[in-house]
Amino acid sequence: MSAREEILRRLGDAPVTGYDAIPRHYLRRHHDGDVVDLFAERAADYRAQVRRIARAELPAVLGEPDGRFAVPAGLPDAWTAEVDAVRDDPPLSVADLDALDGVITGCAVAIAETGTVVLDHGPGQGRRALTLVPDFHLVVVETGQIVADVPEAIERLSPDRPLTFVSGPSATSDIELSRVEGVHGPRRLSILIVDA
Amino acid sequence: MPGHHDTAGAAMPTYVGMPAFPDAARAAVRDTQLRRNLAHATTTIRAKRVTAVGELADWAELRETGKQIKDHTIEHLGHYLRLLEEQVTARGGTVHWARDAAEANQVVTDLIKATGETEVVKVKSMATQEIGLNEALDAAGIHAYETDLAELIVQLGGDRPSHILVPAIHRNRAEIREIFRREMPGVPDDLTDDPARLAAAAREHLRERFLAAKVAVSGANFAVAETGSLVVVESEGNGRMCLTLPETLISVMGIEKVLPTWRDLEVFLQLLPRSSTAERMNPYTSVWSGATEGQTFHLVLVDNGRTATRDDEVGRQALRCIRCSACLNVCPVYQRAGGHAYGSPYPGPIGAILSPQLRGAGSPVDDSLPYASTLCGACFEACPVAIDIPEVLVHLRSRAVHGRTERAAMRFAAWTLRSPTRLAFGQRLAGTAGRVLGRRGFIGRLPGPMARWTDTRDAPVPATETFRDWWNRR
Repeated sequence: MSAREEILRRLGDAPVTGYDAIPRHYLRRHHDGDVVDLFAERAADYRAQVRRIARAELPAVLGEPDGRFAVPAGLPDAWTAEVDAVRDDPPLSVADLDALDGVITGCAVAIAETGTVVLDHGPGQGRRALTLVPDFHLVVVETGQIVADVPEAIERLSPDRPLTFVSGPSATSDIELSRVEGVHGPRRLSILIVDA
Repeated sequence: MPGHHDTAGAAMPTYVGMPAFPDAARAAVRDTQLRRNLAHATTTIRAKRVTAVGELADWAELRETGKQIKDHTIEHLGHYLRLLEEQVTARGGTVHWARDAAEANQVVTDLIKATGETEVVKVKSMATQEIGLNEALDAAGIHAYETDLAELIVQLGGDRPSHILVPAIHRNRAEIREIFRREMPGVPDDLTDDPARLAAAAREHLRERFLAAKVAVSGANFAVAETGSLVVVESEGNGRMCLTLPETLISVMGIEKVLPTWRDLEVFLQLLPRSSTAERMNPYTSVWSGATEGQTFHLVLVDNGRTATRDDEVGRQALRCIRCSACLNVCPVYQRAGGHAYGSPYPGPIGAILSPQLRGAGSPVDDSLPYASTLCGACFEACPVAIDIPEVLVHLRSRAVHGRTERAAMRFAAWTLRSPTRLAFGQRLAGTAGRVLGRRGFIGRLPGPMARWTDTRDAPVPATETFRDWWNRR
């Protein structure tokens, strides 16, 4: 008997009942009202640099930091007009990515309660390595992408896409259980909130 | 059927020569540096967890739902595993099954060998520690590089993990600096014990390895049956490095990690970070469904004692565990004894109920683990999926066989207690015996038939003067 057959035999074959009866009395959201301010505050709690700017300011603000930035396909050209941008098309090698100063992307969803940005690596967000290897991630969050809490985010996101939830820059609690920012992922995370 | 046995030891390696819990704990308790490190770390995280959990007014409701989702899944585990396999396969992944540690290690070894690689990068995973994967790979000529900071500290120090979340919790920053200076090639001469500098050294050390890696091995925090999605929750980005950059990804997962639906993640992504690192959300969570971005993806589903644990109506609740380690951080016994005394990759209260069940009782350390607790209940209260650890501990104690000597001693005690004269005589006798037996201030292991009782318990030395004598003397 194969391992698969034997494990499944031990587990039996009873028909599935009761899933819908599981009580779900928890809240869909923990905060009512303005989720944008909450998101900005919570993201800053985890040492992300957060700025709320007008949409028209975006090109100028994105042009502020020095250096060369990776840019995924699908990011509006107007946004990066003042950026020394390197298009990830054809895909850059890992070594190329490592040599850049940062990456600029959009996101799929942002979660106010937890200060989280979620990438689904669709247009304007790039493949997963793009936002991982460069040491500085600059992400644009449109206010319409911000949801109040985790349940709303899960509802909006699709399992058909790879997802990366980002809450602050890379960190560790491995030394004496105290949080320290800056390990293997981007050591700087900058969030620009623009009106939808 | 080679490699298929439920015998103890074959299922999960007991650390070689591991003494019973009381012996190991006694040595640990005398190590003042260890106690100071543990007290500092657990006290810090305890206070933070209370704050993180207290922020959510509906914590009790989330916990109840989490518990019920897990119970439902464990009850219908066969169904959800079939569904998971179907979905992962439909999305281009390959699913493998392993009855025990040896089989799982063989599957992973063969998969790596097929790629022609002799080095792999690893994300911290309890399942691969449980099956002793690194040692098995080593024997096959494959070197596994641990990339989680604490795992790296443990691996470089030739040490053993002592905590589920922070395997190097028994090391303070000064000790970590020493390990890095000793074992890390090219470490800067002026490395201080500033945690930020230590983290930067680890980044430097592993950077090239990540960028060049062809094969990675990971665990999984959750797997969603209906969508074939795997979830890895982490902090440092070493997880993302391993999950994203290599051409081949092999994820090893205990079969109890499956969840029925996508929606269930909304519960567990709230319960886990707040219970674990006491954060509203951990820095990085990766979710992928099947083969992603051109990768080759293998999922290895491991039983290794889980189906047997599931057969025990009381004990099966241990399978709800999401490996947050909150129970370790609140446990007075863990805080003093440390993780190594538990003799298993799963230390602390959850380890005391999980290890003996996964391995099947038998070794001295497993027989003693259900007693490695004061039954104070702090673990139950902290558990985000409401595992009644004290209940399971008591259950496992009763499952252990009570020896003939113990039963005779109990009958003798009853006979003594029925008569005041016999009691007075017994007390004076005990005082005398105590002076002989208890020179160290406690009565440890006794010889012969009494060993079964005293192996797992220390008794205080009886008072040299009875209460009655003292009363009469006044």
